[in-house]
Amino acid sequence: MSMYKNWWKVLGAILVIYSTVAGFLMKTPELPIIRESIRNLYFHVPMWFSMIILFSISVFYSIKSLRSNDPADDIKAVESVNAGVIFGLLGIVTGAIWAKFTWGQAWSFDVKQNFAAIAILLYFAYLVLRNAIDEEQRRAKISAIYNIFAFPIMVVLLFVLPRLSDSLHPGNGGNPGFNAYDLDSRMRMVFYPACLGWILIGCWIYNLLYRLRDLERNKLSK
Amino acid sequence: MNLAEQIKHLIKKELLLEWRSKYALNGVLLYVVSTVFVCFLSFVSTDKVTLNALFWIIMLFASINAVSKSFLQESRGRQVYIYTIASPLALIISKTIYNALLMMVLTVIALGFYILVFDFGPEDLGLYMVAALLGSLSFSTIFTMVSAIASKAGNGGMLMAILSFPIIIPVLVVLIKLTKNAMDGLDRSVSLDEIGLLLIINALVMSVSVLLFPYLWRD
Repeated sequence: MSMYKNWWKVLGAILVIYSTVAGFLMKTPELPIIRESIRNLYFHVPMWFSMIILFSISVFYSIKSLRSNDPADDIKAVESVNAGVIFGLLGIVTGAIWAKFTWGQAWSFDVKQNFAAIAILLYFAYLVLRNAIDEEQRRAKISAIYNIFAFPIMVVLLFVLPRLSDSLHPGNGGNPGFNAYDLDSRMRMVFYPACLGWILIGCWIYNLLYRLRDLERNKLSK
Repeated sequence: MNLAEQIKHLIKKELLLEWRSKYALNGVLLYVVSTVFVCFLSFVSTDKVTLNALFWIIMLFASINAVSKSFLQESRGRQVYIYTIASPLALIISKTIYNALLMMVLTVIALGFYILVFDFGPEDLGLYMVAALLGSLSFSTIFTMVSAIASKAGNGGMLMAILSFPIIIPVLVVLIKLTKNAMDGLDRSVSLDEIGLLLIINALVMSVSVLLFPYLWRD
């Protein structure tokens, strides 16, 4: 029974294990400068995809909580932000390691690095705002409003602004995208499963965080 | 009363209140003028790129001070009174329009003073003015909504800065880029992307504010 409900967790775990093992062992194209660090593609990029999915889940539940006033929706919104922030920080760390090897500096003042950091600041501001309000219902309402207000700005930060200026990242500012020359079919066989796997693991972490908070809340109300 | 009429009356109310005390205009003007002087005395020699960035940072802090007044400094009693007679939609639209007007006046005066003090002449003054007006519009749309959120959270100034800085950074980046183009006197067609992006951000922020403010206002 539980297998039918939890198949996606198993799938996520299998995909992440597969992509980690295959990511380190399978052959990759031999390219100058980037060399073996190209394998970071399997870890760095899925972090951002997972973060964006988790923040989208959060905005969905913020909208729902405004309409329903249900505390459960509010907890879902904040816990998906908590999980998303973890992935954002991991994205920055994996990116910094990669940048150190290929661009020479861990923080290369690349537009995408800067704007990704600012996008995470946006969500830290959301968490600080929550801490500033004591009353539960007011907190749910006001933070949901800020979350919805901030989401389009995050989209501008991550998807629009980097396209307007030169970036060291592939696919920006006239650089060819990854898939143009080095994301060959062997890499795709690891990259796509890695993305799906990490997104599923992210949703699992969010699910666990939410259930933990829900249990705490039920215990308090009894 | 329909929406347009409510908005008109509310803007009139704001203008009248401001005209009686002249607090926001004079206060922020003095703030800008003294900051410009402090910068003039502290920077011995600067290049134009730094001067341009400095102008926008001064305007950023001036507008936070000017716009945060709109909700943070309104007494609880007056808020309840306005709530009973006007729709939340009219309120947020009128506050934003009023703040945009105030900021535009402030920015133009500040720019004039800045040019006077620093001998800072952009090659394309027309485009620089367009950027300044767009900048004041963006500052007012974003800060009006954030000040409403911060005032409801009940923890004034500190929250206002934390909540608004990450949101205003994209606007600031585009503004500085646009004004740099104006300073260098580049062909205006180069800057169309930035102008379009600023207009899109404003439209986005305005529509999200209009959608969300009724929820925030209900208490």
